[in-house]
Amino acid sequence: MQPVLKIDNLSVQLPKGADRQHALEYVSFEVHPGEILCLVGESGSGKSVTGLSVMGLLPKGQLTPVSGQILLQDENLLEASDERLRDLRCTGMSMIFQEPMTALNPVMRCGDQIDEVLRTHIRLAPKERTQRILRIMEEVRLPEPKRLINTYPHQLSGGQRQRIMIAMALVLEPVLLIADEPTTALDVTTQASILQLIRDIQRDHQTGVLFITHDFGVVAEIADRVAVMQWGKVVEFGEAKQVLSNPQHAYTRMLIRSVPSMTPSQRERDASAQVVLNTSGLSKTYSERAFFRSTRTVHAVQKVDLEVRRGETLGIVGESGSGKTTVARCIARLTDPSSGEIFLDGKEIGRLRTGQLRPYRRRIQIIFQDPYRSLNPRRVVGDSIIEGATNYGLPRDKALERARSLMELVQLDPNVLDRFPHQFSGGQRQRICIARALTMEPEVLIADEAVSALDVSVQAQVLKLLDDVRKHFNLALLFITHDLRVAAQICDTMAVMSQSKVVEYGLTRDVFTNPQHEYTQSLLNAAPGKGWDFGAFLAP
Amino acid sequence: MEHFKVRRSGTLAKRSQRTMLGFLVRRILATIPVLAMVALFVFFMLRLTPGDPAAILAGDNGEPHQIEAIREALGLNEPILTQLTIWLGNILQGDLGESFFFNKKVTELIAMRVDATLSLAIVTLIITLAVAIPLGVLAAYRHGSWVDRLVMGFSVLGFSVPIFVLGYFLIFIFSVKLNWFPVQGFKSISDGFWPFLHHLILPSLTLSVIYIALIARMTRASVIEVLNEDYIRTAYAKGLSNMVVLMRHALHNAAVPIVTITGIGVALLIGGVVVTESVYNIPGLGRLTVDAVLGRDYPTIQALILVFSCVYVVINLLIDLSYTLLDPRIRY
Repeated sequence: MQPVLKIDNLSVQLPKGADRQHALEYVSFEVHPGEILCLVGESGSGKSVTGLSVMGLLPKGQLTPVSGQILLQDENLLEASDERLRDLRCTGMSMIFQEPMTALNPVMRCGDQIDEVLRTHIRLAPKERTQRILRIMEEVRLPEPKRLINTYPHQLSGGQRQRIMIAMALVLEPVLLIADEPTTALDVTTQASILQLIRDIQRDHQTGVLFITHDFGVVAEIADRVAVMQWGKVVEFGEAKQVLSNPQHAYTRMLIRSVPSMTPSQRERDASAQVVLNTSGLSKTYSERAFFRSTRTVHAVQKVDLEVRRGETLGIVGESGSGKTTVARCIARLTDPSSGEIFLDGKEIGRLRTGQLRPYRRRIQIIFQDPYRSLNPRRVVGDSIIEGATNYGLPRDKALERARSLMELVQLDPNVLDRFPHQFSGGQRQRICIARALTMEPEVLIADEAVSALDVSVQAQVLKLLDDVRKHFNLALLFITHDLRVAAQICDTMAVMSQSKVVEYGLTRDVFTNPQHEYTQSLLNAAPGKGWDFGAFLAP
Repeated sequence: MEHFKVRRSGTLAKRSQRTMLGFLVRRILATIPVLAMVALFVFFMLRLTPGDPAAILAGDNGEPHQIEAIREALGLNEPILTQLTIWLGNILQGDLGESFFFNKKVTELIAMRVDATLSLAIVTLIITLAVAIPLGVLAAYRHGSWVDRLVMGFSVLGFSVPIFVLGYFLIFIFSVKLNWFPVQGFKSISDGFWPFLHHLILPSLTLSVIYIALIARMTRASVIEVLNEDYIRTAYAKGLSNMVVLMRHALHNAAVPIVTITGIGVALLIGGVVVTESVYNIPGLGRLTVDAVLGRDYPTIQALILVFSCVYVVINLLIDLSYTLLDPRIRY
């Protein structure tokens, strides 16, 4: 069978001064009709560049293909004119992107955005175009297409927006679909339904799919064949089952081994340890008052009771909007709870005023999701690390001394304290954030999606570091995550949140093996690659 | 299990209509104290600054008793608070008073002059937008190239050259040397469209340069930002041409700051009008303002400033309302 896409020895040059010479080096693979080829790799491996090269959407002057060819049904795209490439987009090849929130034009109605594809590429009467739009919207399983056609993207949920993107990409039935991390920004249950949709449509239309992802769960779920990329090269290529169960390349083995298992780890837990933090009936309500309008109230958190003991990790798991971050922000008193109590070592701190709160603030520290944005880019990291401690009266030289020893603890060179955040990688920055939190000598450490933005291999290291830090300082760790795999590995107890309430709360082992609440069950069911025990292959 | 949180579009439209009306009512009510403050401020400022209208009217050889008689006739001998009450009372009845200087109702005076200023402002605005927005978009699209640097260089020049210098320079080149346009003067549109435009082109061009610089810069910055957005990549991935991506997707999303700065520009135009009308000898509100200030013509100054501040307020309101048309996410 003739492949729909054949990439042959493709090399793409990076601009001068980059960390390497080529974004892609001699990349070759084929995508056949009706096949899903997964391109897997960590950030910077060149998987998105591959997708953009095929579409001819590489940023001009920055990334230039220098050798090889890209054949879309025997037509070399690297030699095609700009005009020909434009004609082929959406008719021969389509691409969908990671962020459905930002990938649609916010000021254009969804129906018009699909219509634009039709108007650009084919001649059809307006009535027929509308028919066609409604048909594709039905096919991507959007509810009430007649109504959604007139909505703007911000009126839709993330999953619905991604369906609009898919409808746009597939309305002209291209032979090739490039999906660049299409489900990464979505909740796990939405992700499962979008993956199902892509698979169904692709099977019905015999579309060849180049599916770019960093998530081996997704690979196990959807891939027919897999190409693993590292530093712009394809290091391993083969049938999905083969690669997942018997990876040959050391890098692939490392990647797959880093995927946290869905089986909860055996953790020893001292149930008699002292309770450091507990909440009782913690609630947060946002209300928006306005003239000429009734007051709108949003219950972000309702009646949450939690308890963490010294040296213990409590996971708060849930999808976006479930209220887990609000719980963390209330506990750290970054927002004020509307009602309920927060006890730190038995002392109620939920209602303390700023001045009275000050001595307690130090004892609860928080690490945020995005290490790229949580460090002040114009201050050297040393200053960021010691700022809190000096603010509490520690002399600067003592604080620096503490910072140096903490840098060693988080496995960074203590001599780099005078560098700026942009000189570090994502994983290193998150280590710096951990050191920053620890300089305050807290008793409770809150990690709010602290490993979600990291590559899987780095994620594994940071998770281990967090667990070591917890043991070393006998900390109570409050670990907030949407990722069940991560929760299974690091949490002693966990609370599952849905629609602002805790729906299930218990030992991690019990929650995973015997989930009681319907929502927990659906969450566990939706986890991609749940049937696959990653890293269960034999050592070479 | 996906949560479908689409709101009923019918109720959405109704609610937005209701809140829009509420917003309008609130905004219009809010203008009343603003205008009242302006009125009081102007009234007292004029009377606290040195200079006596009666002395100016009486001329250089005016005798003290003549000046006194004029003061009496103009009502300037009344206590200030009485003057204020009379003035405010008249305003509420729609009477802006009578000019000291021109012996005419101020409303008539303004009506006679508004034609020229409005024409100048509109032609200036058209030239500005027609030049600035394409320039800005072009500079953004060719970000970092010589085109971009040229546009930015021009814009710095446009900011730095004073209006009167530019005005006389343009007159020298296009009127005196090339003889393409008249040196001075104004023709009403009732005298024919071509004479009207012929007289307005140079003054409008002069006035528009600084706004072209301002708006081109704003357009460029705003479009550059939008061009980095994910949906622009999506637009290219749909197979759209550069032109369509720039005009339909980028410019529309960049519109809010551009409209804001254009609105502010229109409001500031009033200041520019004063100089331009003097340079080109156009009988508009700008010239009237200058004459009224020089003649200490209190009623005219007060009325002009009130009219100008009404214009400011209305323009601001229009800008705010235009946001809802440009961006469906903005609701009041």
